[in-house]
Amino acid sequence: MIPTIEQNRTPVIAGSPNTEKLRRIWEGKPGLAGWLSTVDHKEIGKRYIVTAFFFLLIGGLEALAIRVQLARPNQTLLSPERYSQLFTMHGVTMIFLYALPVLSGFSNYLWPLLLGSRDMAFPRLNALSYWVFLFSGIFLYSSFPLGKAPDGGWFNYVPYASLAYNPGPNIDVYALGMLLLGISTTVGSINFVVTLARTRAPGMSVNRVPVLVWGTVTASVGNLLAVPAVSLAFFLLWMDRQAGTHFFDSTTGGQPLLWQHLFWMFGHPWVYAIVLPAMGIVSDALPVFCRRPLVGYTAVALSTVTTMVLGFGVWVHHMFASGLPLLSLSFFSAASFVIVIPSAVAVFAWIATIWTGRPVYTAAFHYFAGFVLLFVIGGVSGFMTAAVPVDWQLTRTYFVIAHLHYVLIGINVFPVLGGIVYWFPKVTGRLMNEKLGKWSFWIAFTGFNTAFFPMHVLGILGMPRRIYTYADQLGWTTPNLIVSIGAFIFGAGILLFIFNACVSLRNGTPAGDNPWDASSLEWSVPSPPPPYNFAVIPIVASRYPLWEDAMNEGPERSSIYTGMLLDKGRETIGTSPLDAEPDVILRMPGDSSLPLLLALAMTALCASMLAHSRWGVYSSALATFIVTALWLWPQRTLAQVDR
Amino acid sequence: MSYQYTFGPAIDPITRLGWALGIVALSVVAIIAFLLIGGVFRRRAPSSQRLAESKDAGGVSWIYIGTGISSVVLIGCMVWTMIVTAAVSRPPGLPALTLQVTASQWWWSVRYLSPRPEDVFTTANEIHIPVGQPIRIELMSADVIHSFWIPQLAGKMDVIPGITNVTWLQADKPGVYRGQCAAFCGAQHAHMALFLIADTPRDFAAWREHQLTETPPDSLTEQGRQVFEAHCGVCHAVRGVVPAGVRGPDLTHLMTRRTLAAGLLPDQPGDLAAWIVNPQRFKPGALMPAQLLSGAELTAVTQWLSTLN
Repeated sequence: MIPTIEQNRTPVIAGSPNTEKLRRIWEGKPGLAGWLSTVDHKEIGKRYIVTAFFFLLIGGLEALAIRVQLARPNQTLLSPERYSQLFTMHGVTMIFLYALPVLSGFSNYLWPLLLGSRDMAFPRLNALSYWVFLFSGIFLYSSFPLGKAPDGGWFNYVPYASLAYNPGPNIDVYALGMLLLGISTTVGSINFVVTLARTRAPGMSVNRVPVLVWGTVTASVGNLLAVPAVSLAFFLLWMDRQAGTHFFDSTTGGQPLLWQHLFWMFGHPWVYAIVLPAMGIVSDALPVFCRRPLVGYTAVALSTVTTMVLGFGVWVHHMFASGLPLLSLSFFSAASFVIVIPSAVAVFAWIATIWTGRPVYTAAFHYFAGFVLLFVIGGVSGFMTAAVPVDWQLTRTYFVIAHLHYVLIGINVFPVLGGIVYWFPKVTGRLMNEKLGKWSFWIAFTGFNTAFFPMHVLGILGMPRRIYTYADQLGWTTPNLIVSIGAFIFGAGILLFIFNACVSLRNGTPAGDNPWDASSLEWSVPSPPPPYNFAVIPIVASRYPLWEDAMNEGPERSSIYTGMLLDKGRETIGTSPLDAEPDVILRMPGDSSLPLLLALAMTALCASMLAHSRWGVYSSALATFIVTALWLWPQRTLAQVDR
Repeated sequence: MSYQYTFGPAIDPITRLGWALGIVALSVVAIIAFLLIGGVFRRRAPSSQRLAESKDAGGVSWIYIGTGISSVVLIGCMVWTMIVTAAVSRPPGLPALTLQVTASQWWWSVRYLSPRPEDVFTTANEIHIPVGQPIRIELMSADVIHSFWIPQLAGKMDVIPGITNVTWLQADKPGVYRGQCAAFCGAQHAHMALFLIADTPRDFAAWREHQLTETPPDSLTEQGRQVFEAHCGVCHAVRGVVPAGVRGPDLTHLMTRRTLAAGLLPDQPGDLAAWIVNPQRFKPGALMPAQLLSGAELTAVTQWLSTLN
């Protein structure tokens, strides 16, 4: 698994290498076998994004069904059971199967291109991360057609989620699916952390990496610390349900609040994991359309890290009404106020970038500028819920639904859409249609605010969350109708965006290498990038390698077209963690079907646990072991055995 | 359920804080929107430069000033929050009354505690309190997590199995205050309302006196009582007549309440009969099964229940 060092060679420095040879080395096999075994980060990144968008559409349809039900009072379109499953799966889908995976897609595709490398540090682990994500998504939906989907809310509080109150397979599917997804998140996060530390281009010291990289690595470290809490929680819950343990059962000395602590110790850092990389997208792409470098790069990068550090100290603000002592609530309340400060740093950096720059009104710029406003609205409603006593009123009402959608759609979906418009030419070689892009922005932006702003009002009118219907005389009728209409407008905007992407894929204007005159390394390679990314490994001398002449801050220039030629098999350069000084040549593994097989074996293991199939568990556990052993078997091509 | 205006010392400081934070929030949005729109559309001198600003550091003072002002406002709000938290943490005086509220899927049991055992009684889905006096409320769950919330009198307090959470409230104005379970608790979470009625001290004393009386036997409705005992008494109690059941709401003085089924139906004989025949029609998933009663039995039991006032 670990690409090992080949120490006795100094890489050749070259200017115009034989790209045919590199292509032969890096290109995947053709056909289905090649498709299933590729470890190319660009391929995996695209799959992540497409799969995540597929789940976004499913989650969106669920939301629309919910909004039809709530458009009028006393409706009976959905039964209470169906409604519980729909809002649960809507949350699970959007939070776990869309929001992080789509950002993993961006980062997987972009990281090696941003960092001047040929692939992620662990290409096969990357493929494993994708396959496990895909299978866990399918697993979580496996009981949906049977009417037995998870139904305890995405937060899944016990004892409602315990066997006594929820005897069907619904919650077991959720518990096992989350264990599986946790594996995907964990290996993906490890890959990002090591990639940042080891495979940047020479000269790309940590103070020169794009902010997206800061966002993703911060999210990844956060995930590595947070995911164990939720995996443990779901495992204990599964044990309670299937093995007769009593971790959460208060009638036998267990503690329901333990679940809430474990869940939110994970849940709140996770919220930052699914927004920080998206904020990074804006911090990198917005300045390009303002024709200047980002204001306060260092402050923004450090505020990214600070947010995550503080993010580990705010989880109890999801539990302000649970009767914990006021002293501890005050601590978490204060932390929740303080965490606004690093967000303020980012907001003022973006606004200063726009104010002191020269905006180019492209479609992508629309998404980023709109995002800033939505970020602030979501931020200030969060600031209101940070106040413990005020939260006693606001929590679990539609006010919180408004808040979390401003945060998750405003800070995740809008930057993602803008990011797609921005990098679409790099990925496909063609520009997206600007006119359709602006139309879809305005439709989505209008629909979004029509749908979610009135929810603040509904919350203050006292409408609780997660109710499948409501009576007419409570004053909730008209706002709910407006919300439902807005939801459909928002959906139309998203559909128009997808339509635009599909049309532009075939008919878009050819883009060239650098259509936006952007500053970072990915724009120095052809669009779409060749399988080897960079013909030679570039040598970086500044934060904005392609703007060095325009900025003219010093005499040094990055060397982009002359650099280390590594063409003795799949190789990239390993550099030191802080200053990115080259120290080793890393041998990279070739295409492999082992990631797919391992993902299948682990999914079979979870499915057997769900079905209580003893022999299924034994055989799939054995298969998992065998595939892992094959994967780890030392290989000559990776220089893991002596010649 | 709207809590724009509230009516008691357990909540009024919170409402003021909430409005203040709301105004701060809206002001921030307005200022940022102004800066954003200004930044996007402000006139700029035409320039042939490739970049508008080539200095990495240009504009950093925005961050210092913006973050500096934000921090001052945040700290101010934080201090006010702590003051309010302390102010509402306990009642100003000794509580006049202690109630034990037990939440179940999907209704509320309310027990009026008293040092005198003969003054203890239980009712359901409706709380009467005297106006102007702090009330202590002990919250317990019979099954899953619920949340006790009467927005115009007190913020939410979760009801967690294995734990007794305590909250307090006080109504300064007589009236009917609606509440509703605020934590997802299963299929009928939507239909788990309760009403708090703040009475003048005299009305409250009269109500309490009346609740303590027992239902006298009545030969006219004797058949209905027997049907109740046979079919309903397993889960429901009527004090002095059928004391056994605790799984469902206590029905003593049923007809003095405003609603049936935790706020779902008006409390009148027609709805009562329809509910008894098939609760699942109104509240799918409710733990009360449909009753296989003959027409005569249904009439009798409805008549008898209608006398429980």
